[in-house]
Amino acid sequence: MGSYFSEETVNKSEELTKKWEDEVAHATVQSPDQKPRWSTVSDLEIKRLYTPEDIKEMDFARDIGAPGEFPYLRGNQPTGYRGRYWTFRMFSGMGSAADTNARWHMLLREGQTGLSTAFDFPTLMGYDTDSPNSRGECGRCGVAIDTLDDFLTLVDKIPLDKVTTSMTINPPASVLWAMYCAAADKKGVPLSRIGGTIQNDMLKEFIAQKTFMCPPEPSVRIISDTVEFGTKYVPKWNTISISGYHIREAGSTAVQELAFTLRDGIEYVEDVINRKGLDVDSFAPRLSFFFNSHIDFFEEICKMRAARRIWAHVMKERFHAKNPRSWWLRFHTQTAGCSLTAQQPYNNVVRTAIEALAGVLGGTQSLHTNSLDEVLALPSEHSVQIALRTQQIIAEETGVANTIDPLAGSWFIESLTNKMEEEAWKYIQKIDDMGGMIAAIDKGFPQLEIADAAYRFQQQIDHNEKVMVGVNKYVTSEEQPIPILQIDEKVEKEQLKRLAEVKRRRDSRAVSVDLANLKNACKSGDNVMPHCIQAVKDMATLQEICDVYREVFGEYRDPGLF
Amino acid sequence: MAEKRIRIMVAKPGLDGHDRGARILARAFRDAGYEVIYTGCHQTPEQIASAAVQEDVDLVGLSCLSGAHGYLFPRVVELLKEKGADDITVIGGGIIPDQDFQKLYDAGIKEIFTPGATLDSILDWIKNNLKPRD
Repeated sequence: MGSYFSEETVNKSEELTKKWEDEVAHATVQSPDQKPRWSTVSDLEIKRLYTPEDIKEMDFARDIGAPGEFPYLRGNQPTGYRGRYWTFRMFSGMGSAADTNARWHMLLREGQTGLSTAFDFPTLMGYDTDSPNSRGECGRCGVAIDTLDDFLTLVDKIPLDKVTTSMTINPPASVLWAMYCAAADKKGVPLSRIGGTIQNDMLKEFIAQKTFMCPPEPSVRIISDTVEFGTKYVPKWNTISISGYHIREAGSTAVQELAFTLRDGIEYVEDVINRKGLDVDSFAPRLSFFFNSHIDFFEEICKMRAARRIWAHVMKERFHAKNPRSWWLRFHTQTAGCSLTAQQPYNNVVRTAIEALAGVLGGTQSLHTNSLDEVLALPSEHSVQIALRTQQIIAEETGVANTIDPLAGSWFIESLTNKMEEEAWKYIQKIDDMGGMIAAIDKGFPQLEIADAAYRFQQQIDHNEKVMVGVNKYVTSEEQPIPILQIDEKVEKEQLKRLAEVKRRRDSRAVSVDLANLKNACKSGDNVMPHCIQAVKDMATLQEICDVYREVFGEYRDPGLF
Repeated sequence: MAEKRIRIMVAKPGLDGHDRGARILARAFRDAGYEVIYTGCHQTPEQIASAAVQEDVDLVGLSCLSGAHGYLFPRVVELLKEKGADDITVIGGGIIPDQDFQKLYDAGIKEIFTPGATLDSILDWIKNNLKPRD
């Protein structure tokens, strides 16, 4: 096994480091460091200097290798970004389906290369706009979808065989995906030709994002149904986007984001194999991931590189996958909403640019860049355009896409990548020992680990141990308000009218039959997807379908851990 | 007689799941010596008002980041009043545009905290403004 450096190089390096340490000891007596401890935004301590000694144990072929080769540290594609850039995919949705459709066409005109859907809270939680639970929420955090009728408006004049669409939807993912399939059918596009992603990752909902409906076990079962359906009939669809983004936004460290996300992935793979009896190589290539790109530049790049290497080992050694595509960790990235500040909001453009650059240097396949005003409201058209242009500038002007994984071989980068991988494996082992992620969630383990980290960070901000510019340092007293997008209250009224109209003109008997069939499938273990597709085609509402899930599987309540 | 300990309820009305701030505050209140009840996410205004009365709290802190505060916050105050518990102080926080503040104050929300508010500033407000209920 060839070590990374010759013995001679390591000896020489040690000698030089020792000399340097003496000089530092001397220099810091004269002028002490600004603070005693230097750490990442996740509070991971970083050394003053990294040298060849830090990675002397690495084996080049085994641990680093070439792009497109196991363990994929340097990326899945042998050609890097030269074949194609990452997908410019702006998360977008507001008001009515028609409002969002207009925003989508604007983004496509401006050079966006993929669509990404933000739904409002009632849709995310499986309620119709006319539910008492939905009061005041319609269209506010995203687009309101109650029936296929709304969905057809959403995708009006969108070529579903050419553009891929991501949908951030979790408990009702099967329903929204059914609407997408039904819409494709209506437009004459075969299921084999549509491409996109449903987030469909319930475990991170219990851990962090808190959009839940049924308890964990049946939630995972419905996900396995969608994976099976996709494997058989919609082969270009990513049926899960295993997400660390929300774990991080809830306040986790980068290592926790990495570990909990990959352990969630393991849980899904196990369930599909055990419940559906599918061969791992038949579905694993369609699993996708979603990470946060936070403000700590190097930590994020290392997290993404480590994620690829860990997943490659998991798939090859734990699940004995043989298809190299099963070993790939393909991921979307979003810059960190929680790193943005309401104070001096134009600074957010700078933060987002740095975070986006980290995502690109980490080798992302797809990217959303936050808009400067997203800390205040849904983004305005002008601020979205700046955010999209940020990606385009990185791709076309900066030259960072010229060469693959340009930071590889840096003593610091490789050492931090190794360190994060090592820490992530410890968490994965711990959760294995608890009996898996569902068992860990039942114990509140990931939830409380994240709560601890979030509280620690808030205290560091309050005590000025960490800095957020404009919040606890470089504060300006007078702030000019910026224009923000407002969602008109008439959106809710009009949506209620549309929903009532659809309910009036549909064949209610057909809907009842569809829902009864779905209920039987829920109970018998048959795949729910064909029944969902039939139900949405007959204009069953989102909530009517979700109520079947709630009735059969029960409802999950937030345990309120803090 | 020992002074009655102040009881605080941190509540998440509506469908919003952004609970990072709410949970951090629940911890901060507990660490500051208050008795804390945290409702968890997805509570209706009715559930919050009933629980506040039942738990005999002195303060309800509402957190909403979904934009639905305009309906949800005033509704909680209204329901507390209906239950004869309008002496429970209600404050709120979250993603709340400046232009919505006055409407919320008029509806009986006593104070509003937005992103960037420090834990100390919130604790100070409570110390200076909250009188335990009789």
